[in-house]
Amino acid sequence: MQSAQQLINGLMLGGILAFVAVAFTLTIGMLNFLNFTIPALFMLAAMVTWALSASGEHIFALGLPWYAAAAIGIAVAMVASLIIERFTYRYLKAHYGDATEHALPLVSSLGFLIIFEHAVITLWGSDPQRLELPFRDMDLHFAGLIVGIPHLFSLGLAITLVWVLSWLLKRSSIGRALRAIAENPDAATLMGVEVARIVPVVFLVTGMLSALAGILYGFSYSTVTPYIGDAVATDAITGMVLGGLGNVWGAIVGGLLVGLIKVFAISQFGAEIEKIPVWGLLLLILIIRPTGIFGKSRLGRGKF
Amino acid sequence: MSGYMSGVLAVLLINMVIAYSVFLPAAAGLLNLGAAGFVLIGGYTAGGLTSRAGWPLVPAILVAGLFAGVVAFVLAFPILRTRGVYMVLATFAFAEVVGGIYLNIPSLGGATGLSVSTYAGLPVIIPTTVCVVAFVAWLLSTRLGLAMRAAHDDENVSLLFGVNLRMVQVAAFTAGGALGGIGGALLVHQFNFIDVQTTGVLFSIYVLLYVLIGGTQTAWGPFAGALFFTVVPEILRTMSKLDPSMKFLEAGRFIVFGIAVVLIMVVRPEGLITRTLIEKVQGSLRRLAARETAA
Repeated sequence: MQSAQQLINGLMLGGILAFVAVAFTLTIGMLNFLNFTIPALFMLAAMVTWALSASGEHIFALGLPWYAAAAIGIAVAMVASLIIERFTYRYLKAHYGDATEHALPLVSSLGFLIIFEHAVITLWGSDPQRLELPFRDMDLHFAGLIVGIPHLFSLGLAITLVWVLSWLLKRSSIGRALRAIAENPDAATLMGVEVARIVPVVFLVTGMLSALAGILYGFSYSTVTPYIGDAVATDAITGMVLGGLGNVWGAIVGGLLVGLIKVFAISQFGAEIEKIPVWGLLLLILIIRPTGIFGKSRLGRGKF
Repeated sequence: MSGYMSGVLAVLLINMVIAYSVFLPAAAGLLNLGAAGFVLIGGYTAGGLTSRAGWPLVPAILVAGLFAGVVAFVLAFPILRTRGVYMVLATFAFAEVVGGIYLNIPSLGGATGLSVSTYAGLPVIIPTTVCVVAFVAWLLSTRLGLAMRAAHDDENVSLLFGVNLRMVQVAAFTAGGALGGIGGALLVHQFNFIDVQTTGVLFSIYVLLYVLIGGTQTAWGPFAGALFFTVVPEILRTMSKLDPSMKFLEAGRFIVFGIAVVLIMVVRPEGLITRTLIEKVQGSLRRLAARETAA
C-alpha cells in the first residue's frame, strides 16, 4: 500500500517534470539550443497567477478568479518567451551567422534567467506564497490511495499536448517547416522556409508548456516561490536526457521516470540523499549512453 | 583599508581564482558548468584538514588544489567523451553529485555545514591570486597554451596540424579543476564556513558568465569579467544606500546584471576583452610612443 502510494506520487511529480522536459527537448531538437530561460518562464507564470488571484497588499493584487489569473500568467510567459527569442536566437543568428556555433544563446538565456528571477523578487519578494484553489481538497480517494486532481490533470494534459504536437509536426505545413529547420537551417532557408517567422513558434510553444507546468505545479503543491523553477528544471533536464535530446515522447517517459526515482529515493533513504540518484543517473547516462534510452538522435551534438 | 573594502576585495580575488578555473577549459574549447563541484571539493578538503586534522593553512590550500586536480584528471576522460550541450550538462551534473555526496558525510558537517576557525585574510589571498594569474598567463604563453587556443578555435583543424587534442584538453580540464580547488580552499577560510548551499545552482552559472562575458581569448578575460561583475553590483548597492530614490537598486541590481549579460552578448559576442582589442590598444600605445619620440 505504502509503495503503491509512492508510485502514484512519483507519477504525479513526473507528470509535471514531463511537461518541462518536453519544453526543453523541443528547443534542443528544433534549434539545437539549451534554453535556460525555461525555469524562469515556469516560475514567472506561477508567480503571476498567484499575484493576480490572491488578495493582499502586494503589487497587482487584483483578486481575479483563478482561471483568468492562470490565462494571464500563460500569456505573460509566452510574451516573455518571444522577447527571449528576439535577444537570444534571432538577433545573434542574424548578426553572426549560425548562432548555435557559439555559446552565445546559452549565455544570453542564462542572462534572461537572472533578469526574470530578480524582476519577480523585486516585485513580490522572495517569500513562499500560498496559491489557493477552490477545488484544492478534491483529491481522489480510492482503495486508500490519494490522487491529486491537478496532478492527474497535468499528466493527461501533457500526454494530450505532446500527441497534438507530434501530429502537427508530422502533418501541418508549419510542422514540416520546423522539421526542415531542425535538419538544416541554411538548406531550409534556400528551400523557401521563412526561418525568422517560423522559429518564434517554437518559443511560443516553449513558453506555453513551461507556463502550464508552472501553474499546475503551483496548484498541485499550493505554494509558489521565485525559486521553484530551478529545482524542477534541473530534474526535467535529467528526464530530457534520459529520453534522448529532441525526442518528445522520450521526454515524457524520462520525466515520469525521474519523478519515480526521486520519490522512491526520498522514501527509502531520506531527503538528504535526493541529489545523488537523479544527478548520478544523468552523469552516467551522458557518459555511457548520451543518446538516451530510446537510442539514436543526432541533434544537440558537437555544438553548444 | 576599511573592513568593507577589504571584504569586497577578498571576494573579488576569490571570484577571480574560481573564474580562472573555468577559463582554462573554456580556452581549450570546453564549456565547464561544474565550477561548484571543484570549489566544494577544495573547500571541504582544506576545511577538513585545518579544522579536523589541525593542518596549517598554506599546505591545506595546496593539498586542496592537488586533490581537486586529481579528481578533475580522473573525471576528464569520461567527460571528454561528451561534447557541446552534453558536456555542459555532464559537468553540471557532476557538481550536483559532489554537493549530494558532501551533504551525506556527517564527519564534515553534513547538512549543517563545516565551520573552520582558521581565517584566510588578504595576506594569504592576494599572493595566491597573483600566483594563479601568473600561472595562467605563463601557461597560455607556452606551446600548450598555443595548442589550447587552436583547440578552442577549431578542433578538427588542430587535429590535422598534429595537436594531441585529448592531451591538451585533459591538461586544461585538470589545471582548471586544481584552480577551482584552490579557490574553494580560500573561500572556506575567508568565510570560516562552507556548506552545500554556498555553491547553489546559480553559482556555477555565474562563474561561467564571468568567463564568457570577460572573453575566453586572452588571460585578461576572466580578470575583467570577475572585476566587472563583483564591482558593479557593489557600486549599485552603495548607490541604493546613499540615495533613497535609488532604493529599487537594492534588489534590482541583479536585473541590471542580467541585462548587461544579454547586451554584452549582443554587442561583443566574443567577450569584453578580445585579442583584437588588446592588439588595438597595444598599437595605439606604440603609435603614441612613436609620436613622443618624434616630438
